[in-house]
This record gives sequence, structure tokens and C-alpha cells, in this order.
Amino acid sequence: MNHSLSKDKRKFKILMATTSILIVLMFFLSINAGFISIPFKEVIDTLLGKGTEHNELTIFSFRLPRIILALLVGMGISISGAILQGISQNPLADPGILGINSGAGFAVVLYMFFFQGTTFLTGALSIFIMPAAALIGAFAAAILIYAISWKKGRVTPVRLLLVGIGINSAFSAGLIVFQMKMEPIDFMKAIIWLSGTIWGTNWTFVLALLPWIFILIPLTIYKSRYLDVLRLSDPIAISVGVDIERERRILLFISVALAGACVSVGGGITFLGLIAPHIARRLIGARHAKILPATALIGGLLLLSADTLGRVIMAPMELPVGLVVSILGAPYFIYLLVKTV
Amino acid sequence: MPKNTQNELHSNYLIGTIILIGGGVLLFFTMISSIHFGAADLSFKSVWEAIFSYDGDKSSHVIVRELRLPRALAAVTVGAALAVAGAIMQGMTRNPLASPSIMGVTAGSSFLIAIAFAIFPAISYTGLISFSFLGAALGTILVFGISSLSKGGITPVKLALAGSAITSLLSSLSTAIGIRFNVSKDISYWYAGGVSAVQMEQLMYVAPFVLAGLILAIILSRSISILSLGEDIAKGLGQNTGVVKFLGTITVLFLTGAAVSVAGMIGFVGLVIPHIARFLVGVDYRWIIPCSAVLGGLLLLVADIASRLLNAPFETPVGAVTAIIGVPFFLYLARKEGREL
Repeated sequence: MNHSLSKDKRKFKILMATTSILIVLMFFLSINAGFISIPFKEVIDTLLGKGTEHNELTIFSFRLPRIILALLVGMGISISGAILQGISQNPLADPGILGINSGAGFAVVLYMFFFQGTTFLTGALSIFIMPAAALIGAFAAAILIYAISWKKGRVTPVRLLLVGIGINSAFSAGLIVFQMKMEPIDFMKAIIWLSGTIWGTNWTFVLALLPWIFILIPLTIYKSRYLDVLRLSDPIAISVGVDIERERRILLFISVALAGACVSVGGGITFLGLIAPHIARRLIGARHAKILPATALIGGLLLLSADTLGRVIMAPMELPVGLVVSILGAPYFIYLLVKTV
Repeated sequence: MPKNTQNELHSNYLIGTIILIGGGVLLFFTMISSIHFGAADLSFKSVWEAIFSYDGDKSSHVIVRELRLPRALAAVTVGAALAVAGAIMQGMTRNPLASPSIMGVTAGSSFLIAIAFAIFPAISYTGLISFSFLGAALGTILVFGISSLSKGGITPVKLALAGSAITSLLSSLSTAIGIRFNVSKDISYWYAGGVSAVQMEQLMYVAPFVLAGLILAIILSRSISILSLGEDIAKGLGQNTGVVKFLGTITVLFLTGAAVSVAGMIGFVGLVIPHIARFLVGVDYRWIIPCSAVLGGLLLLVADIASRLLNAPFETPVGAVTAIIGVPFFLYLARKEGREL
């Protein structure tokens, strides 16, 4: 570590400023772009309340909620990944390891399979039932994994990962069995859901997700010093005087809650949870007090960019945002991997 | 060496020997029953005759030679290949989350398969196998190339991270191709296909690769045990870690490439069998690798029989069955105290 402290501080500030500016730019670009392109002047007019009725409808009812959702989901998933990589002491961990992807995916596919074509799937309520099913599935899987890893009052990182692998495989297997029995149209829907897509172009979803993000992310940042310690190893954490079981449990719960809420409206986009913390760490070092805010902004920016691109690139068809995240994020991630030690 | 450790070592070797001999015998009898069970029940006598005194006019003999025997052989070959590849991966990367798919092998194969389906819809089965193998090589070269190009050279973490980045990138691209060209269901069927439609000719096509891979794996097993202690220790003991990693990667490519080309994506075996073998025989890869081969072959063979019987006359995807059989056992082992990586 030959970086001086002030240099690190400056780096952190520069990174936060750049990502914030990029998010604002992306925000306007995202309102502007889409199936119907709205010129920038009209975008600004509409935001100031002076736009045409048509533009107001497009922007306020469709694009704005989606943009905000993309930002929130991106932040939530990335923070969840950062927590998991910390507490499991494993750089490969992402929210998918806790069964959140496969649990939610299994619940959604089960729901699609049993209620295909009925009014249940097409009725007005259905847009809320699907996320609810996903949320329940995500939590069920996470609780199952934690319960099985629990032994004599302790949950070690290695056991958590191993049990996670097992439960994940079980849910994925169930997923395959039902998926293969599906009608082609439902099958396509399931694939798109599993690939990750922000479907809730609706203020209700934004309101539902908002409290999770705005309570849990500051809480995580408040807890960041525990993450610093937990990431080292159990004996070190104990000798520093941390009640590791308790802190680990709290952080794990936060991580599951964040990822579960995000996956329920965003589908399987956990790759973001893997790369956003790594990007932050490779850019500004190892302190979680700095990594976490940077991770949140990077995650939000990545998901918003990916969602915008996914809407535009094959319009009027939409590319699931999870795929765009990988196609955009992986090369940059690889570049960072090659460049840094 | 403390006495109890020595005792433990002896008991590990004993368990290992039992697994190899008992597993071999079990494998033989399971193969016979695999040939015996199916839509048309054949007597054990005609199975025997079909193998040792073949008569092309009898329909039962044709069924055995053309359908059942290749299928049973394929299950054993694929299971053994995947399990050994997984063991090598986990040993080289020292990460419990590493599986053959993380080297970009399966993702690379699925990427080229997606391209093949999109561009040449009428491609033959053998053509698909060639594409799959090419893709597997492409994925591996990318992952290995990136991690060796990076500053500081190949480290286990970097290999794993580059692997998951490339995997995510390539599989996203293939899903995108699937959605764009409307071939996702074809791709999924190819990957969930299992060993049901394997013909002798295809098996002969990949057999040399599997054989070469297995021999290489056994030759390398000693070096991998040393490498699994950690890079520094391995170098300290005079190992040329770069060469071992390169050869290990080639072995993984041969084994997984062949398995994926024949049977599609069967995830659970490569990830979990090495763990099970390690739980049973300890940390010595000279034992883990052969035991993984036997256990992997056995698991896939049993799973393949079950996939025929569970929902007869329909077939359940074999990848799902391996998970259903393997998960409870795996969870039990994961909870058992005392064994680390």
C-alpha cells in the first residue's frame, strides 16, 4: 500500500462525482430514448410541468418510474453482493449464492406453470402477484439455507457457501423440470424473467421498493466497519472483539432483504451483485465505508445504462436488462482484472 | 506426524480403496440394469447375448446395441469426465464454488451452439458436436488468456473471476441470440438433453478426448494436491505452477468439452461429486480424482435410470435428477463438522 491517505480520499471523491454526473446524464438520455423518442427540450419542459399531455403520460407514467426502479434495483443488488462477498470471505459470492435467484425463479416458474392462461395470470392483480411470488421464493430459499447451515449456534462462511450450492442446485433442478413442461410462450416469458428484466413501469413498485433501499443501504454503510473485520477471518474478527455471529446474521439478513426485494421487481440480475463491488474495490481500495457508497452508485449507473440500452438496441423488442448488464459489465470487469494486480 | 492424523490418513486410504473397488463393481451391475430397464423390458439373458453373441435380426439385440448400451456408456463417461474436471478446477482455484462451467467451457459451447442454431437451422447432430467443442475451446482460451495476460499473472482468484465474467458474457450473448432468433427452446432442449439419444458413433467421436483427459488428470493429481495447498507453498516446494495450471486447464477442456458435446449441461455432477469425494477420502487429489471418476459415473448412471422410470414413458431431464439424488447427501456432508477444503 504505497497510496497516501489523502490520495485515496481524492480518488474516492473523484469516483463519486464522476458516477453521479454520469447517472444524471444517463437519466436524461434514458427519458429521451425509447420506442418514441422525445427531444431534450420537450423532456425538460415536461419535467418543469410545461409539456404536452402526451409527453407527460409517456414520461411520468412509463419512463420515470422505470428509470427510478432501475437505479434502486441496481443499488440494492450491488450492496447485497458487497455484503455477501464480505461475510462469506469469498470473492465469487453474489446474491445468487443465497438461493435468491433460484428460489425466486422457481416460485415464478411454478406460478406461471400452474396458472398459465387463467385470469390469475392476466388479471389486473397479476402484476403484483408475480413479484410477491418471487419475494416469497427468495426468502424461503434464503431461510432454508441459513437454517441448514446453522449448527450449534454458529454459521461458518464455508458451510454457508456449501449449503448455498446444494439448495441452489435443488431449486434449479426443479426449475428445469417445470420449464421443460411449459408452453413455448410461457417458456419464453420464464426465460426473459430469469435473465432479469425490469417489468414494473409503475409507481407502486417504486414506492414498495423505496423503503427497503433507503433504510437498508444507510444501515449497511453504518455497519461497514464490521464488514471490514468480518472479511479478514473469523479468529481475527473475534480477537478484535466483534460478536461475529450476531453481526454476520444481521448483515446476512440485510443482504437477503435487499436482494429479495430487488429480484422480485428486477428478475435474475445477480451478476451485477458480483461485479459492482469488485469494480468499486479495484478502483478505490478495501475500506467498506468507501466501497459501499461507490458500489451503490456504480450498480445504479450500470443497471440504468443497461436498461436504457436494452430498450433501444432491438426496439420495439426488449432485450432483458440482465443480459445487457453482462454484455456491458463483463468486458469492463475483464479490463479491470487485466489492469490491476 | 501426530498419531491420530496418521490413523486418519490410513482410514482415508481404506475408504478410498473401498470406493474404487466397490464402486467399480457397483458400476458394472448398474450398467447391466441400465441396459435392462426401459420402455421395452429386456431379460438379463438377452442383454448378455446381445453384448457377447450379437444377432442383428433380433429386435432386442438391436435395442441393446443401438440404444441402451451407448446410453449407459455415455452416462458413465460423461459423469466421470465432469466429476474429474470439477475436482481439478476446485484443486487449482482452491475455491469451493469452482466447477467446470466456470472455466467458460459450457458457456463457450452454448454460445457457438446458439450461433449454429441461428445461422444453420438444419445442422446435423455431428455438426452440433463439433460446434460445441469449438465453443468449449473458445471459452477456455478466453478465460485462460485473460488471466495470464493480467498484471501479476494467473492467481486462483483471477482465474475464477475471469471465468465467471466470461461465462456470464457468453451465456448472455447466447440467450440474447436465442431470444432474437427465436431458438431459445431449441437451445434449452439441446442442453437439457442428457444422454438419452446418444449413439455409438458420437461416443466414439469424443472418447479419445475423455480418455486423454482422464490419463492427464491422474498424472497431474500429485501436482494438484501440492497446488491446492496454495501458490506460495507449491512454488516453495519447487513446483512450476504455471505449467501445472496450463495442463490442468487443458485437461478440464478435454473432459468438459467432451461431456457438454455429448450430454449438454449437467451442472451438479462437476460441482458436487468432488466435494463428496473430498469429504470421504480427505485432501489428497491422488485419491480424490479417481474416486470422483467412479462416483461421478455412478451418480449419472443411476440418475439416468431414474430419469426414465420417474415419469415413464416420459423422460425427466437427467440434470434435474442428479440434483435431486445428490442434494440431500451433499447437505448432510456439508453439515458434518471437521472437513474443510
